[in-house]
Amino acid sequence: MNINATILGQVISFAIFVWFCMKFVWPALIGAMEERKKTIADGLEAADRAVRDLELAQNKAVDQLKEAKQEAAVIIDDAKKRASTIIDESKDKAREEGDRLIVSAQAEIEQESNKAREVLRTQVAALAIAGAEKILERSISEADNRDIVDGLAAQL
Amino acid sequence: MSSETITSREYITHHLTNLTYGQHADGTWGLAHSGEEAAQMGFWALNVDTFGVSLALGMIFMFVFHRVAKRVTTGVPGGMQNLVEMVVDFVDDNVKGMFHHQSKVIAPMALTIFVWVLMMNIMDLVPIDFLPELGKVFGLHFLKVVPSTDVNITMGLALSVFCVVIFFSIKQKGLGGFAAELAFHPFGKFGLPINLFLEIVNLLAKPISLGLRLFGNLYAGEMIFILIALLPFWIQWALSVPWAIFHILIIVLQAFIFMVLTIVYMAMAFDDH
Repeated sequence: MNINATILGQVISFAIFVWFCMKFVWPALIGAMEERKKTIADGLEAADRAVRDLELAQNKAVDQLKEAKQEAAVIIDDAKKRASTIIDESKDKAREEGDRLIVSAQAEIEQESNKAREVLRTQVAALAIAGAEKILERSISEADNRDIVDGLAAQL
Repeated sequence: MSSETITSREYITHHLTNLTYGQHADGTWGLAHSGEEAAQMGFWALNVDTFGVSLALGMIFMFVFHRVAKRVTTGVPGGMQNLVEMVVDFVDDNVKGMFHHQSKVIAPMALTIFVWVLMMNIMDLVPIDFLPELGKVFGLHFLKVVPSTDVNITMGLALSVFCVVIFFSIKQKGLGGFAAELAFHPFGKFGLPINLFLEIVNLLAKPISLGLRLFGNLYAGEMIFILIALLPFWIQWALSVPWAIFHILIIVLQAFIFMVLTIVYMAMAFDDH
């Protein structure tokens, strides 16, 4: 166990190795590791943010869905109301039209009956005159009896 | 055991002797052929085996980490990058937990220490005779393959750390501040000699304990592997396997302790008392 120049050799090689390590090994490795650490941290943060964003989006979607449902319900209500009013309106219109038709039909009937009565009256008058003419022959003038005949016809 | 003619003592000595290159007593340069010959070479000799392995491991470490660093992707990391990043992250966590100042040196130094020491310690798990026997094929008499069982290697690291700590202490607090810390610390102005003595012992204890702790632990572990290897081959596994499994813990723990203490010493250099 002798102390000899090996100790100097070891000191020198140690110095060289430390210098080499300091210059070419350590900075590159630590730099890469720090960078990766940062990348991973960024990635994790991004993932967290994405989760939060997703939650927000889901909440928003739920809200929107609720809103849409409400809107749809309102629209359906409106449509139902509208339909019932349309139905009511058309019922009223139909009833009015029916009434109008009935009135006009009645008026027509009356007109027809009046017309028929008129015709009948004139014919009866003529018939009565003819009958009276036949009964009285020439003794009674048509002009003298016209008022009587007309009065008879009016009573019809 | 390599051959039946050598004794246990020779076997152990053989395993504890470094392959040393230096100047022989007759003035020629070459590899030492025995422990004594290596000791006679004095300071200007090199433990070729431990230093070579340590250098090779350091280069493998730098090559692999540099290759990963060059191709590093910020996307999904592949197998090797994953492993490297795990180690880097582990070291970075430790540095950030103990060192609360700005320094570009400390983290790469901690990484270098942790991985390099860990790799040197892992050499302890290579079967004890495997590489030395392989070395014999290539004509190497001795081959100690675990660099951290060589006190030169561990003290080399510890002294480097010590120098860096002293450098940053002075840089951070100024020469006066550093001296004041040594002179006035536990007992105030009037206990100056005692303060100086205590603080200098305290200061010197840091690198010595740092280096010797690693060396002692790994040397002891290696020693037990050597002793286990003296048993008959059919029973060796019964001891070497549990010891190796336990040793995995020590290997990682010692590398970790070395790194943590380095960070702590550096933090102390930056902190103001």
